[in-house]
Amino acid sequence: MRVATLGLVVLAGCAGQSGSPIGGSGDAASKVYVAPGQYDEFYAFMSGGFSGQVTVYGLPSGRLLQQIPVFSQYPEKGYGYSEESKAMLATSFGSVPWDDAHHPQLSTTNGEHDGRWLFINGNNTPRIARLDLTKFETEEIIEIPNSGGGHASPFLTENTEYVVSATRFSVPTPQADVPIAGSKFGGLLSFVKVDPKSGHMALAFQIHMPGFDYDLSRAGKGPSHGWSFFSSYNSEEAKTLLEKNASQKDKDFIAAVNWKQAEQCVADGKAKQWPAKYAHNLRNEDGVATTEMLTSAAVLSPKDCPGIVYFLPTPKSPHGADVDPSGEYIVGGGKLATILPVHSFSKMIKAIADKAFETEIDGVPVLRYEAVNACEVQNPGLGPLHTEFDDKGFAYTSVFLSSEIIKWDLKKCVVVDRTPTFYSIGHLMVPGGDTRKPYGKYVVALNKITKDRYLPTGPELTQSAQLYDISGDKMQLLLDFPTTGEPHYAQAILASKIKDQQLRTFALEANHHPAAVKAEKDVKVVREGTTVHIYMTAIRSHFMPDNIEGVQVGDEVFFHLTNLEQDWDVPHGFAVMGANTSELLVMPGQTQTITWKPTRPGVFPFYCTDFCSALHQEMQGYIRVSPKGSGTKLSFNTGQ
Amino acid sequence: MMTRWARILLAVAALSLVTSYVAPLWHIALKAPQYPEGLGMYIWSSKITGELRSINGLNHYIGMKEIHPEAIPELRLMPQIVAGLVGLGLLAAAWGRRIGLYGWTGLFLAGSLVGLADFWRWGYDYGHNLNPEAAIRIPGMSYQPPLIGPKQLLNFQATSWPATAGWFAIGGLVIVMALSVLEWRRARRVPV
Repeated sequence: MRVATLGLVVLAGCAGQSGSPIGGSGDAASKVYVAPGQYDEFYAFMSGGFSGQVTVYGLPSGRLLQQIPVFSQYPEKGYGYSEESKAMLATSFGSVPWDDAHHPQLSTTNGEHDGRWLFINGNNTPRIARLDLTKFETEEIIEIPNSGGGHASPFLTENTEYVVSATRFSVPTPQADVPIAGSKFGGLLSFVKVDPKSGHMALAFQIHMPGFDYDLSRAGKGPSHGWSFFSSYNSEEAKTLLEKNASQKDKDFIAAVNWKQAEQCVADGKAKQWPAKYAHNLRNEDGVATTEMLTSAAVLSPKDCPGIVYFLPTPKSPHGADVDPSGEYIVGGGKLATILPVHSFSKMIKAIADKAFETEIDGVPVLRYEAVNACEVQNPGLGPLHTEFDDKGFAYTSVFLSSEIIKWDLKKCVVVDRTPTFYSIGHLMVPGGDTRKPYGKYVVALNKITKDRYLPTGPELTQSAQLYDISGDKMQLLLDFPTTGEPHYAQAILASKIKDQQLRTFALEANHHPAAVKAEKDVKVVREGTTVHIYMTAIRSHFMPDNIEGVQVGDEVFFHLTNLEQDWDVPHGFAVMGANTSELLVMPGQTQTITWKPTRPGVFPFYCTDFCSALHQEMQGYIRVSPKGSGTKLSFNTGQ
Repeated sequence: MMTRWARILLAVAALSLVTSYVAPLWHIALKAPQYPEGLGMYIWSSKITGELRSINGLNHYIGMKEIHPEAIPELRLMPQIVAGLVGLGLLAAAWGRRIGLYGWTGLFLAGSLVGLADFWRWGYDYGHNLNPEAAIRIPGMSYQPPLIGPKQLLNFQATSWPATAGWFAIGGLVIVMALSVLEWRRARRVPV
């Protein structure tokens, strides 16, 4: 077996253009091999980046398990096309059927993964989505007002009290028609309250900050619970040619926010209500999404609530603001810095008590660097970005320009190992590596560039992740695997924490969808003016009804399809010829609706698209379309 | 008269039937390549539970009638028959005469055989009276579920065994049959 494995690796190496495998080693294959029928140890939830979706992979195999539509229309599942899901993509700008998904975040209790929900942000039109981890479906999306790009999002406080979003692009606050150059912009840090039972999100308050670009965030844990840390760059407040103009100062800032105190200030009436317009989209238990358009936001100025926020000077244009499992250290990933600064929470609290302030910006005290800094890691490589932690006192930092992961000792503040990534790593991820209880077994590199790592596929190459074993002293590359969209960031949870809570079917008795039909005898076709509602059922292997007549050109036809199956893994698909929408993919016990506007007379087939049974190919029907004003009576049947 | 122990055991055997109110009597398990987790049907004295909806859905391919527990009159009768049997068993134990033991044992045995025969009859009816327009028609093939043990029905392996209450009833029946033999021998002074 060992010989065979080595042989494979050597062969693979020879087939590659470089003559020998770059990275990896002989026993890597056995460490990622998950035998047929066996399960992976972890679920990894990967951001789909500019695909706007979430993908689910098994680790260590790197096998793709599922793609969950979030911010982008997804015709395969009817997402964003079906009447039930359309409202999920509503925003104050109308329907925005795409977004740029960045940071998946698993819900936590006491700083540990609890397997309830996954949150992910949309960066372009700032939004936060909540996914249910029993159905692997997007249940809720809330838009963030007064913001220009929800990048420092959706990071969670220790018990999922809040999910945050901070603006990456400062904008006029409130929005206004002003000249770009010379106008004062602002940056808002938004705190969205999460209901501990339902998970429902509500914008609690926003903190009005100087117009920097806010990049990433982590909440405190343990002793630092009650605080959140936001990295920022462009403290120069440049509005043009940022690559130069936002890179002038030696230090930018990590903003430390005392959100418990902010909460109190809001309760004391110190926030101002700003007019705003933002959408809150929520699915009910039948999967029917509705949109509520909200019209105001509570905005808190640091001047009105002293002590809610302090700036920690951090070199230079920091990306990560990562809190270690103990809650004491805050690591700044200064992407243009030559060292990696580690701040101390206890020193920060002392510095605040001692008023060790350097200056103040728009009411925010700036603490002295020496008063908060614990140490600086030397020789971190070029472009350190993001840090996660294991359970043995080590930190792992991604380094973009030198394309490597460094492993360093958190207490001694020295680099102990480094390994190349292929190529240009952005975020990295240790399963549970941002929680109080990391599983220090693997680190996943989420790379921006693949170049020669895979068979080339024209100008656009696959995106990629890489899996490293970190259980020993030396990091060991185990596996490259392609990903969907840019694998911007990812989180992984032990499979045993959520595997057994997976829903298998929706109970037909619990289906309260207004258009549900729970027995074949109750199917009907109803005309209301030029609208025709077809209430139909699917069960292996027929639709009821499967012959429909009396529809006219110019009608709007709603197919309301209930899947009567109560059996695991038997969805039915539905597609009708010429539909300008998508197919439906209806889970057992569920009802979904798709619209169809017939444009010409004729007889048009519809059929089941998801291979359901031995007679799937027979699962089909016809709908007859007559000219407008025709005398053809509305009728329907199956089997007559 | 029966011995004290025999009377107690008779009462225990009668009470063993009470389990049929809280547990199923019989279990039919179905396994197929597409159903590695299996489908199950549990027959109680008053109801049928399990993945009936899925089983009915699959059975329509071979033209089998749908199983609707509310249309099976035996499921309404059986709880009353069981109640009667339990009552009579307890009376026989209180009475303590051997004739009561023999009579009750005979009644229980007969009832069990009639029940099994009825179960077989329903199985035969479902397995043989098939819709002639069914999608899957295999000349000579019938789909009667096994009364006991395993049987291959197309892609499904069907296995039929007593369930919890069924085992209790079998245990009760074995006890009273053994008691009857022992008491009969004792009455004729045959050394045990």
